[in-house]
Amino acid sequence: MSLSDIWDVLVLGVVLGSLYAVIAIGYTLVYGVLQLLNFAHSEVFMSGGFGGVIALTLVEPAAGPTGLQSAGYVLLGMGAGAVLGGAVAFGLEKAAYQPLRRRNAPRLVFLLTAIGASFFLYNLAGKLFGRYPMKMPTMYENKKLFEVFGAGVSVTQLIIVLAGVLMLLTVDLVVNRTKLGSGIRAVAQDPEAAALMGVDIDKVVSRTFVLGGLMGGVAGFLFGTNLQVDYTMGFLPGITAFAAAVLGGIGNVRGAMLGGLTLGVVESFTVEIWGDAWRYVGAFAVLVLVLMFRPTGLLGERVGRTA
Amino acid sequence: MSGVGLEKDTGPAPEAAGAAGALLELRDLHVCYGAIEALKGISLTVAEGEVVALLGANGAGKSTTLKAASGMLAPRTGEVLLRGERVDGIKSHELVHFGIGHVPEGRRVFARMSVLENLRMGAYRLRRPDPDDLDRVFSLFPVLARRRKQVSGTLSGGEQQMLAIGRALMGKPELLLLDEPSMGLAPLIVRQIFEILKEINAQGTTLLLVEQNASQALRLADRGYVLETGTVVMADAAPALLSDPRIRAAYLGEVPE
Ligand SMILES: Nc1ncnc2c1ncn2[C@@H]1O[C@H](COP(=O)(O)OP(=O)(O)OP(=O)(O)O)[C@@H](O)[C@H]1O
Ligand SMILES: [Mg+2]
Repeated sequence: MSLSDIWDVLVLGVVLGSLYAVIAIGYTLVYGVLQLLNFAHSEVFMSGGFGGVIALTLVEPAAGPTGLQSAGYVLLGMGAGAVLGGAVAFGLEKAAYQPLRRRNAPRLVFLLTAIGASFFLYNLAGKLFGRYPMKMPTMYENKKLFEVFGAGVSVTQLIIVLAGVLMLLTVDLVVNRTKLGSGIRAVAQDPEAAALMGVDIDKVVSRTFVLGGLMGGVAGFLFGTNLQVDYTMGFLPGITAFAAAVLGGIGNVRGAMLGGLTLGVVESFTVEIWGDAWRYVGAFAVLVLVLMFRPTGLLGERVGRTA
Repeated sequence: MSGVGLEKDTGPAPEAAGAAGALLELRDLHVCYGAIEALKGISLTVAEGEVVALLGANGAGKSTTLKAASGMLAPRTGEVLLRGERVDGIKSHELVHFGIGHVPEGRRVFARMSVLENLRMGAYRLRRPDPDDLDRVFSLFPVLARRRKQVSGTLSGGEQQMLAIGRALMGKPELLLLDEPSMGLAPLIVRQIFEILKEINAQGTTLLLVEQNASQALRLADRGYVLETGTVVMADAAPALLSDPRIRAAYLGEVPE
């Protein structure tokens, strides 16, 4: 592996890692407020992919679009991904989890429900949209834009990283600087005390799901732009992003970002060095190793301002 | 848990506010945890401007009474009235808008937030936090001003208790429910906290105070109630309770004659 190869692999890793980080936020936010491992979040991500592909197929992007048109298509895809992701997350919480919360169901029931909801949603998508992969309509010419130390960066890659960074900054701001964010952090730390301050827990939980869903949905669209969209697309990125959330310290927003980027880069180098068959081995080996020495994850024990 | 041997022989307190003028009134409150009935018909009143103490042994139902008053628990039967308006069944996050502040047992500050963030959480219910409230809390508790950036989980017990009270004050309560503010604190700090409670009351906030520390509580309070296994067994003016031999024996550690 030459030096410029390293940069190539790093670029791929950062692109992948940005997506993982954005998806991981959805897991970690929900875990923070409900101590729930929401395995159905991978299907929220998938919904975003379908949202984008459907919206773009409907508008039929022009061949050889102008820069402005291209930007419009991309924004439309992200918007549709966000809307569908947010809507599925909202509905998931209302239909699957809220009734359990009302009944004070044990944690295991939540977990089983999450897994059940995940199966239900991806099979529903398979029924609705068919089992063959859908290709994202061409929104722009995916050419090489510039080089970083000899590694080419394409339009898609730039969009993914920019959108990812923007979303991560936004969510960090929302969690740490807004009223919703203080509600989320208060519920994560002590729901009863939060209610005594006037925090409506149901509302905060619902909005937390939507926040994670909006971002997961955009990530689904971006992922689909890079590869393709199909009803099983949520599974592996979902599991990896979940692992990223655990690696960073589940419940910790900045931990999820760090975990996502780490696993993206590790995955990318693993594939480069040992081949595609080993793709997920490297990332999960890192997860196991880190948890052996730091069971709370990288930032899990940090006593800080982040939920 | 009713080892103190008080008979249920005392009528309503002589100075008890008439029900009409009461800020808070609990009427024949029954509260259950599953099959366990923790409150078996509690009635009490708190008039505007008063300090009322709620005494009783461990497990008597003091915390449960406060939780029922602040909407954390819904009573099975009975009524909670605020200024004569029924509020039982209203959840705690809505009831704070009626002017109830509850400083829960064990302080329950947000451990990973700073002092300042905790105080801001106290004003969560307000559309626009009042900067004067922060000044007021800082002048009542100067130590909180000095430690405003500190992560609350690392505060001492006394400081956490002050923070819990200050946080509740940030929500502009008219009625403050306090659940054992002296728990686990050194005598000097306890005295300090009771001084501040007196000040808070003088500034116009009504207090309903649950305490194990009966002598401190009764010296601050106008009236007091004694609970035993979910019922009110005594209700009287604070000085009368303070000199009552049964109270002195049960809560002030005096050997009865
Ligand atoms: N969540 C709960 N589930 C079941 N029983 C409970 C629960 N909370 C309280 N109880 C029971 O209700 C009764 C009253 O409890 P409560 O906490 O109100 O007592 P307390 O007077 O505040 O006691 P302490 O002085 O020890 O704080 C006790 O017998 C207790 O065991
Ligand atoms: Mg108690």
